[in-house]
Amino acid sequence: MITAGIDMGAKYIKVLLLKDGEIVVKARESAGFEPLEAADNAFDNALSKAGLKRDDVNFICATGAGRSAVPFANDTVTEVSASARGTMHSHPSTRTVIEVGAEEGRAVKCDENGKVLDFAVNEKCAAGAGSFTEAMSRALEVPLEEFGKISLTSNKNIPMNAQCAVFAESEVVSLVHAKTPKADIAKAVHDAIASRIVSMVRRVGINKDVALIGGVSYNPGFVDSLNRGLEVEVIIPEDAEYVGALGAAIIAEERGK
Amino acid sequence: MGEVAVKEFWRWKEYNWHDENKDWKGAATITAGVDVGSVSSQAVIMVDGELYAYSNMRTGSDSPDSARKAMNWALENTGMTLDDIHYVVGTGYGRVNVPFANRAITEIACHARGGNYMYGPTVRTILDMGGQDCKAIRCDERGKVTNFLMNDKCAAGTGRGMEVFADLLSVSIEDVGDMSLDVEEEPEPVSSTCVVFAKSEATSLLREGWSKKKVLAAYCSAMAHRVVSLLDRIDVEKDFAITGGIAKNSGVIKRLEDELKIKSLTSKYDTQIAGALGGALFAKSLVEKERKKGA
Repeated sequence: MITAGIDMGAKYIKVLLLKDGEIVVKARESAGFEPLEAADNAFDNALSKAGLKRDDVNFICATGAGRSAVPFANDTVTEVSASARGTMHSHPSTRTVIEVGAEEGRAVKCDENGKVLDFAVNEKCAAGAGSFTEAMSRALEVPLEEFGKISLTSNKNIPMNAQCAVFAESEVVSLVHAKTPKADIAKAVHDAIASRIVSMVRRVGINKDVALIGGVSYNPGFVDSLNRGLEVEVIIPEDAEYVGALGAAIIAEERGK
Repeated sequence: MGEVAVKEFWRWKEYNWHDENKDWKGAATITAGVDVGSVSSQAVIMVDGELYAYSNMRTGSDSPDSARKAMNWALENTGMTLDDIHYVVGTGYGRVNVPFANRAITEIACHARGGNYMYGPTVRTILDMGGQDCKAIRCDERGKVTNFLMNDKCAAGTGRGMEVFADLLSVSIEDVGDMSLDVEEEPEPVSSTCVVFAKSEATSLLREGWSKKKVLAAYCSAMAHRVVSLLDRIDVEKDFAITGGIAKNSGVIKRLEDELKIKSLTSKYDTQIAGALGGALFAKSLVEKERKKGA
């Protein structure tokens, strides 16, 4: 059986094809202003990479904020369930899944079967999401990839006063004017977003193993700050950005039976 | 190729003013208030209890420097120097960093006192819509604070949020209010609270073919709604007045008044000087008290 999981993220659309429980292919497309068009493209891309046609796919499950709008999906699943199931696929010892995407953060508590026991979400405020680091790296004029790396070279603790991303941007500019090294500012930014995420995770409890998924897991500066804040070393599954799509494809397999 | 100047739409005009018909030289009491806010700084000079001069500028990265600049600009062409001023009160977010101040007083107290002077003793609720915070202040007939609430954590409902939008839509900040009222039908407010997310939402709306005016209307309306929920927690009692930079944005004010079903008072004074004016008034009381003690 071939199934597809489509994760309609705020910034990227992720597609993953599963054949009899094995990952066949992954594809990603920038959501841009036409997320449905992007979903179509990403799906076609994935199919052509795998040498498959749409008719070959038995069941398609969509997840993510815009999941209900995907016309070619057979069913939808919440991000919370998809994240838990996707993470458990490679790391069955996971009991807490932290997901940090472009415009939201989530903490999911699950049991040994990947069943969701509790969760906490922030989708209201950029201060606990990837947009925050993105805005700060822009204010600092350091590319995002480098922004995460240079943060690791700092051992200073500069507290950020502002919580709001808009105010933090002015604070970063003030720090630049005060000749604060960029690495120290980057670390301050990552510590700030990590502390928001940690307080969200505390609401469901920090139960080992703790996994981190979502695009922001590619940022080593953030991961370092998060590990320090949680006092736990998080597990990061391979292709952590696709875990939601993987979870959706797994759930599609069950529903398509 | 020369450097291309990028227009900064958020950049509001800085200005100063002084009363040319007033001769301060024989005055008994000259006091000043300096309000170093997170976005703008004002200095107000009062001569014998009457407004004599003021300035309004953008706050720089250094608070003492911003305070000095605002003060010097208010003093410009008046013939007065800092030494002629008997007492200076610092207020605002950077109040402890006003090097020439005799005393620092919170902006809440100063806004109530300044609002009382600007709008008269009937004012019971003052909404200060500042650059990085929004305060709802209840006060008595003497301008003494009886209660207050503030949001200083989130840019939604603040001047800084409006600046971000002016820049996004390439509309001068001074024009935002009037443009937002020039719509045939009132659109649904922008649904995201967070300014960062509201920006993406606005971009999508523009892509859908919304006019800039309509997007501005949706944002001004969201901001008004946000502020009303703050005011609801403090019970607005009439008379009601609005100070700060957003008080100059007709689009937010009109929608706010409609939702509250209360009209706000207007004043001949600049709405952005309320804090500094309150500071100068406190300074006057303080210097008079000191003189009495000395006598």
